[in-house]
Amino acid sequence: MNTAKKLSQTKLPEQKRFLRRLYVSTLIVLAFTGFGQMPIFKRYGISSIPGMGWSADFYTTHYIHYIGAIVLLALITYALTDFLVSGRKTSRLTIAAYVQIILLSGIVITGIFRVLKNLPDVVFSPAFTMFIDLAHLGLMIFYMVTALIFLLTGRKWLNPRLH
Amino acid sequence: MEKGLTRRSFLKSGLAAAGAAAAASVALPATVRGAGKNELATLIDIRKCIGCEACVEACREVNKKKYPEPVKPFPRMYPSSVKISDWSGKRDVTDRLTPYNWLFIQHATVTVDGNKKTFSFPRRCMHCQNPPCADLCPWGAARKLENGISVIDPDICLGGSKCRNVCPWKIPQRQTGVGLYLKLLPSLAGNGVMYKCDRCHERVARGELPACIEICPEKVQKIGPREDILKEAMDISRKIGGYIYGADENVGTNTIYISPVPFQELNRAIEKGDGKPHLKKVEDYMAHADTLAKAMLIAPFAGLAAAALRLANVSRRTKEDMK
Repeated sequence: MNTAKKLSQTKLPEQKRFLRRLYVSTLIVLAFTGFGQMPIFKRYGISSIPGMGWSADFYTTHYIHYIGAIVLLALITYALTDFLVSGRKTSRLTIAAYVQIILLSGIVITGIFRVLKNLPDVVFSPAFTMFIDLAHLGLMIFYMVTALIFLLTGRKWLNPRLH
Repeated sequence: MEKGLTRRSFLKSGLAAAGAAAAASVALPATVRGAGKNELATLIDIRKCIGCEACVEACREVNKKKYPEPVKPFPRMYPSSVKISDWSGKRDVTDRLTPYNWLFIQHATVTVDGNKKTFSFPRRCMHCQNPPCADLCPWGAARKLENGISVIDPDICLGGSKCRNVCPWKIPQRQTGVGLYLKLLPSLAGNGVMYKCDRCHERVARGELPACIEICPEKVQKIGPREDILKEAMDISRKIGGYIYGADENVGTNTIYISPVPFQELNRAIEKGDGKPHLKKVEDYMAHADTLAKAMLIAPFAGLAAAALRLANVSRRTKEDMK
C-alpha cells in the first residue's frame, strides 16, 4: 500500500469531524465578532440577551475576532499542507472548493491588511482603508451565502480521484 | 523512500504553505506608510492658561463651515429605543465638547502650598499615536494622518459612535440628521456623523498654525515635531518639578500637557462626564490586539508544524507496516 493511500485511510472520521467542527465554529465566531465590529449589537438588542452583554464591548469582540483569525490561519495552513502532501494523491478539489478557496483567500488577505492597519505607525490611505473594510465584509457575506448554498446542495470540497 | 511521500514533495508543499503563511509580510502598497517620525505634537503648558476662551472662539470660527446642518425631521429610528443626538439647537454650548464645540476650557481648583489655586486648560482630542478610534472604525471614516492628526471624514462617517465608545477619553460627539446614513438605510443603520477636533489639519497642511494655537494671547500651546515637544516638556518638568500628561497615556498621544501639580489632583478637581474628559492615567488600549496580531504570524507555522507531525507519524507507521 502506498503512503498516499495510507494517509487517506488514517484520516480517522473523528479527526475529520473535529477539524470540520473546529473550522465551522471558527467561521461562525469570526462572522459574529466581525459583524460585532459594527455598532449593531447594542442597537438591535443582541447585547441585552442574558449572557450576551460582552457582544457590545468592541474590544472584547475585537480580541475574539483576532483569536478566531489565529485559529483559522493555523487550520488553513494545516489543511493546505495536508492536501498538497497527501490528499491530492487520492482526491481532487471540486469547483465548490475552488470557489470557497478564492473567497477565503480574499477574506484572509483583506483581514491581514486590516490587522496591519491597526498596528501602530501604519497608515493607509482613506480609499485603501475603505476598500479593505468593505471588501472584507463583502467577501465574508458572499462566502456565507455560497457556503450555505453548497451545504444545502450537498457540494463537497473533495471528490475521490479515479485511477 | 516511499513514492507517495518524498522529502522533496514534503518540502515543496511545506514551502507553499509557508509562502501562504508569510502573506502578512508581502510588500506594502504605496498607500501604506509608517508615520512615526513625521508626527506633530502640541505642548499645553497649563501654568500659562488664563481661561479666556479665545482658543474656543477661534476654533468655532475657523471650523464653523464644517459644523453639521442637520435635515429635520430626523428619520424615524428603528428600533425606537435608539437615541438621537441633536445639538443643533444648542450650538452656543461652550462648557463641554459637542458637535459644534470641539474644544473647551476645563477648570480645576486645587491646593498648592496650602493655597487654593484654579488652573484652566484647553481640552479636546488628544490625537493618540495609536488611536483606537481610527483602528476600530468599521468604515475607515476615522483615520490617522501621517502627521499624527486623527480625523473623522464627515462624508463617510455613519455616526455609530463606536469611535466614542473605544476612545479612552470619549471625545467624539454625534449629531443626528446629517451624513451618509441618510442616503443608505436611515431608519435601520447609522445615526449621523461624529465630530471632534481635527487640529485644523487643512491649515497645518498649508503650513499654518491650528486656530487655537495662533490666537492664544498667552502662548499656552505650541506645536512641533513630537520628539522636540516631548523634550521641551521634560525640560520644563525638570525645571519646575512638574508633571506631564499625554506622553505615555494610551502609549503616547500627540497632545502633551505640563502642570506644576499632579494630574491625579487635577483629575479629582475637574468636572467629568459626557463631553468632559478625565485626566486619568490611561493604559494601552490596543495592547492586547497588537499582541494577538503578532501571534497571527506564528499561527500558520503552528498549522504547518501540526501537519508535518501528522504526516511524519503516518509515514513512520507506513514504514513499520512494511517491515
